[in-house]
Amino acid sequence: MQFIKPGTHIDFMGMRKIAFIFSLILILASIVSLIIHNGLNYGIDFAGGTLVQVKFPQKVDVSDIRKGLGGIGLKDVSVQGFGEQEEHEYLIRTSSDADALGNQLSDSVSKGLKGATSLEPDIRRVEMVGPQVGNDLKEKALLAVFYSLLLITIYISGRFEQKWTIAGITAGALMAAVYFLSVFNLPMPFLIAAALVVSLVLFWYLQLQYAIGAIVALIHDVIITVGVFSLLNLDFSLQIIAALLTIIGYSLNDTIIVFDRIRENIKGNSNHSLVLDLFNRSINETLSRTILTSFTTLIVLVALFLLGGEIIHNFAFAMIIGIVVGTYSSIFIATPIVLMAHRKR
Amino acid sequence: MNFFTIKRVLILGVIVAAVICLLPTFTNTWPHKKINLGLDLQGGMHLVLEVQSEEAVKTELDRTISQLKLDLKNEKIQHMGIDKAPDHKIIAQISGADNRSAVEKLLSDEYAGLEIPSVKNIDGGIIFTLRLPDKEADSIKKMATEQALETIRNRIDEFGVSEPDIRIQSGNRILLQLPGISDPERAKGLIGKTAQLTFQLVDEQGDVNAALAGKPPVGDEILYQVKQNADTVHQSRTPFLIKKHVELDGSHLTNARVEFDQFQQPQVGIEFSRKGARIFERITGANINKRLAIVLDNNVYSAPNIQDRISGGKAVITGHFTLEEATDLAIALRAGSLPAPVKIIEERTVGPTLGRDSVRMGLTSMLIGGAMVVLFMAIYYKGAGLVADIALVVNILLIGGGLAIFGATLTLPGIAGIILTIGMAVDANVIIFERIREELLAGRSPKAAVNAGYDRATLTIIDANVTTLIAAAVLFQFGTGQIKGFAITLALGIVASLFTALILCKSIHDLILANKQSDTLSI
Repeated sequence: MQFIKPGTHIDFMGMRKIAFIFSLILILASIVSLIIHNGLNYGIDFAGGTLVQVKFPQKVDVSDIRKGLGGIGLKDVSVQGFGEQEEHEYLIRTSSDADALGNQLSDSVSKGLKGATSLEPDIRRVEMVGPQVGNDLKEKALLAVFYSLLLITIYISGRFEQKWTIAGITAGALMAAVYFLSVFNLPMPFLIAAALVVSLVLFWYLQLQYAIGAIVALIHDVIITVGVFSLLNLDFSLQIIAALLTIIGYSLNDTIIVFDRIRENIKGNSNHSLVLDLFNRSINETLSRTILTSFTTLIVLVALFLLGGEIIHNFAFAMIIGIVVGTYSSIFIATPIVLMAHRKR
Repeated sequence: MNFFTIKRVLILGVIVAAVICLLPTFTNTWPHKKINLGLDLQGGMHLVLEVQSEEAVKTELDRTISQLKLDLKNEKIQHMGIDKAPDHKIIAQISGADNRSAVEKLLSDEYAGLEIPSVKNIDGGIIFTLRLPDKEADSIKKMATEQALETIRNRIDEFGVSEPDIRIQSGNRILLQLPGISDPERAKGLIGKTAQLTFQLVDEQGDVNAALAGKPPVGDEILYQVKQNADTVHQSRTPFLIKKHVELDGSHLTNARVEFDQFQQPQVGIEFSRKGARIFERITGANINKRLAIVLDNNVYSAPNIQDRISGGKAVITGHFTLEEATDLAIALRAGSLPAPVKIIEERTVGPTLGRDSVRMGLTSMLIGGAMVVLFMAIYYKGAGLVADIALVVNILLIGGGLAIFGATLTLPGIAGIILTIGMAVDANVIIFERIREELLAGRSPKAAVNAGYDRATLTIIDANVTTLIAAAVLFQFGTGQIKGFAITLALGIVASLFTALILCKSIHDLILANKQSDTLSI
């Protein structure tokens, strides 16, 4: 069985302008959405607050739940259904933490709900994150994104170009730049952006074309995945950070496969006029595996998305978006950028 | 050809080792290391407490101040007030400028640990500014955290939680993992109770109502007796004017246990050490017909009238307790008081029903997702696909064995990591098989194509996996408990898939080709 027959020839490079415009629209939409929504919709991991997941033995009115919570003095709450409707499960969220609510929150929630609905609620989960912890987790998450980008950048520059000395220099320059900037006490997102700009400039200057292609594709994947979460106003939690880092690591796989083939084909082929054709050929030759590897991963992720339960839902969703976008970007973003850099030489 | 080459024996050895490591999880055999289920899967409570260690420093400063007042009194030096000031300072206003040298001598003899940033002459006296050095303050804070950890551990042990994990997370934060706890609210109440027990005299001369309207007299404070009414919603608060001086505190306790009064009401009986008993006897003897307040965490529990000198070192705390409250108070008093109050700054409690649901749903999606991948590989690559499927099963065995032998904790995101690995593990097979197909198309013999396929794909596969491994390592470093679980299974899965795809599958393919002289290959 074969989905992609040998000898398939699709002019991917010819489509690069359309692809760039398409990606640009997606990225702009992501940024606009982030601005309109005033940043991400942080879950309680980052924003702090309290979350109670409660299950009733039979159908209840959301207004009754609210009434019950109002009765115990919980005013600023959001109540939403959770999971399948026939499960009668609800998520109660409030921005207050234990300081305001006292230590016996779930007992009083249980009593309040019982009074209003005359049903015995099952308190399935309670999560409370104080503001200090929320800020710490935010800091940690950003550090994690930063370090994984840094390490992967160094790995890529060394690996794709087989120039480990240059990779070392890049690493040193990056660290120096970040250290210099951190003296000014800039917030973490600025540091991450600055580190990325510095590495892009360095790669351009050092003519590390493959590394530029890979990094641009990575930034592209992360921005769009975050953008989708912002557009749909989904909770941005620690799990999503885990998904993003996994996407960063995994979406490089496809890029590496294509780049390896380009290098293999370029060896002993000094005729630069045929370079566009060579890039197209490399993508077509590896197209089958690029698609299949993502496909098998998507199969399990869809199973996880549909059957894994509400708690893991958003994680699976983020991974699905990231892998689809990552596969697209390794063909339509990473490779054309290498081509453009290659022609500059 | 001999079937048992060194390579094959090693491969089989790895698989058998994985199975042996995995078995105890189901059968409790050697090596008795099981896969631990995370709190999100078995239910339980994760708490992060912040020890208000600054309070411990304040307590220490208060103690220093009362000692200093006592010493000055002994030296017959008058003062116009000794008070705490911000930044761990003590401002001592000494009367009479001629006392300077005497105070300086006292400070250098008895209070050498304190810095003296400034000494100022004022009208009719001198102001000494004393300061607790930062190093000293930090060590008090550190001690407070360690002591709190020890106390909480004792309380949890007495409360009875199987396999609790209690440790200092960082600085003044304590992390508690209490699996399978049935009454999380009660546990929180017990852990959070400061349990600072003091015996203080009631100021019989002062007027409580006047103090409530204005300021309590010097050396007094207003404390309340809180009574929960029967309807459990309203409570009554009775103010007491209490002398600040602590006559006796909980550090002299040797035992505390639940007792019942003549109406079968639970109360907590306490016993003092020999020294404590002597102090108690002296206080009661000297204050007959005065009231002695039993104060716990700044609440007056009772203030009985002292009728006679009490020897024998026993007392009871009454306060309309339920049996549960009395039990918890006895535990807290036995385990000792917290050196400073603690605040819960993070809580994640998962009930047992949700944990079970998560395990069920995680396993269901793993089985269905896995089955679909297995089916797909078998259909798409036929014989070679079956080889990949065997590798996939071995892969999961290896992850399970790895989790067990490293004593890792399996969380819900961890299960997601295994599911993800199932999808990613066959990637290596896909890359190799596609390469073999290419080589076959180029006209090579099956054997040459297989060799070339594995050879040429190896480097690409290793590289592609290194980047994911980097991401997993960073996640492990920065992640919290659940995310760590994900990072571990992801990393284990990647390493296992390198082994299965590059070594196991190659070996199986070699075996197939060695025993077969045909020039076709099922791929």
